[in-house]
Amino acid sequence: MKTDQQIAPPDSSPRADLEFDVEKVREDFPILKQKIYGKPLVYLDNAATAQKPQVVIDTIRHYYMTDNANIHRGVHGLSQRATEAYEQARVKVQRFIHAAESREIIFVRSATEAINLVAQTYGRRHVQAGDEVIVSAMEHHSNIVPWQMLCEEKGATLRVIPMNDDGELLLDEFEKLLNPRTRLVAAVHISNALGTINPIQEIIERAHQKDIPVLVDGAQAAPHFEVDVQALDCDFYAVTGHKLYGPTGVGILYGKADLLDSMPPYQGGGEMIRSVTFEKTTYNVLPNKFEAGTPNIVGGIGMGTAVDYVSEIGWKNIAAQEKDLLLYATQQLSSISGLRIIGTAKEKASILSFVIEGVHAHDVGTILDQEGIAVRTGHHCAQPVMDRFQIPATARASFAFYNTRGEIDVLVQGIQRVIEVFK
Amino acid sequence: MSDELSHLNDLYEEVILDHCKNPRNFKALPEANRKAEGYNPLCGDKVTVYLKLKDEVVQDISFEGIGCAISTAAASLMTETLKGKNLTEVETLFRGFRDLVTGKGGEASQMGKLAVFHGVSEFPVRVKCATLVWHTLQAALKQTQEPATTE
Repeated sequence: MKTDQQIAPPDSSPRADLEFDVEKVREDFPILKQKIYGKPLVYLDNAATAQKPQVVIDTIRHYYMTDNANIHRGVHGLSQRATEAYEQARVKVQRFIHAAESREIIFVRSATEAINLVAQTYGRRHVQAGDEVIVSAMEHHSNIVPWQMLCEEKGATLRVIPMNDDGELLLDEFEKLLNPRTRLVAAVHISNALGTINPIQEIIERAHQKDIPVLVDGAQAAPHFEVDVQALDCDFYAVTGHKLYGPTGVGILYGKADLLDSMPPYQGGGEMIRSVTFEKTTYNVLPNKFEAGTPNIVGGIGMGTAVDYVSEIGWKNIAAQEKDLLLYATQQLSSISGLRIIGTAKEKASILSFVIEGVHAHDVGTILDQEGIAVRTGHHCAQPVMDRFQIPATARASFAFYNTRGEIDVLVQGIQRVIEVFK
Repeated sequence: MSDELSHLNDLYEEVILDHCKNPRNFKALPEANRKAEGYNPLCGDKVTVYLKLKDEVVQDISFEGIGCAISTAAASLMTETLKGKNLTEVETLFRGFRDLVTGKGGEASQMGKLAVFHGVSEFPVRVKCATLVWHTLQAALKQTQEPATTE
């Protein structure tokens, strides 16, 4: 393939300044070994879902082969084992995000469900006609639509924290939005479309000064750095398992115990009750009050293994590797003429959205796919972000700690190929 | 040339790239008596088709919108092809085009310039890009009030 002189020489050799060996880490992820159209898979769609390490796959297999039973109700041995594994996973996640107690960890099916849970329980109780809910301009649809639905039902108003052209929230404007009718602030920790790391601590502090609780959408943040919900002092924090190297179909809602206690249940059914008669039902204590029905047991256990795995890799290593990848990719992509990076905040996670002049993102995605490169293309479930930048869609490369500089070189060559086709 | 590169070249034929960069009939049509909007919620492609229909013949046709190379070229070539065609011919071309891009054996030789879209069948996720404007045309012909969608 003809290439351009802008392409840097491949460099996938282990780097001396990193403490961990990326090639060794890649061995943990069986899916990465495959070829797509005869070319090595270059998986750069980690913000959509991360790949699963062997230990997570083994956990799921082991559970179904040896421990499978329903939890919290059987006196038999299997049920006890399953219950113990599930509750251990809850404790693992609790420690992972530094929650004070394990009953503050509610297993849900996704970050989306975590947000909907808060909107439908806390929100419906506290938001009334004339009240306001604040979200940011860079929310994923999952942190817009549940609040819109709530506001519509109650006759409340949704307010939006604006951002600048770099994709940074305007905190002074945020301050102006806070008023006595504000009932909740819901903001994303890391933007999935732009990669911006928001100053979430400051947002929480400013809201708390006016006694307004804050929900943080941490779906993108939890895989990239250590989240400490107590240090943040956030009231709610939503995490999904599958972006965190765990299975799909499981996530958690963290909530402060007193808040969760005061909230009405989300769904009715088994597990969430203490006693039921046709006259009256009393509800179970936390966390079971919010976990009606048989949960995704193996999902929860798999998520527990995943957070253990991430902790073993170590935040220092993850930060070093991902920062290197982001810097290298930003530098390489910036040098391509006609390419514009969308999202140029000072504080960014390893997510790189871009557009190529005269080429629609879907055509970029199709051509990169033919080179074995998986990127996300489209509006990333963040249409207001696309509108803000007046673009229909972007291509997005998002990096995990198992990605390499060599893969970024392949991406750059792929982009050159796109430009060649459309020149 | 490797297979995947040849597939890619089949998809992005010269004619398609030309119509993407210089779309024909890309404008609103003030004298249109039929109009419909199409939307692909998965990728955000939007298209509006304007149609001037008289005595069951397409007297004029145009489009506006934003989309990828495939959807833009499909719209451009559709408008070019359908001018002067009667409704029976339009229907035949629509079916032929749909079969062609879904690999159901549409007869490329009967399709004129539209035959350049034969490569789309190798890319199942891109079929909707090619058919959006045709679905929108159907909506315009039926004067459906709801926007056409690929879903």
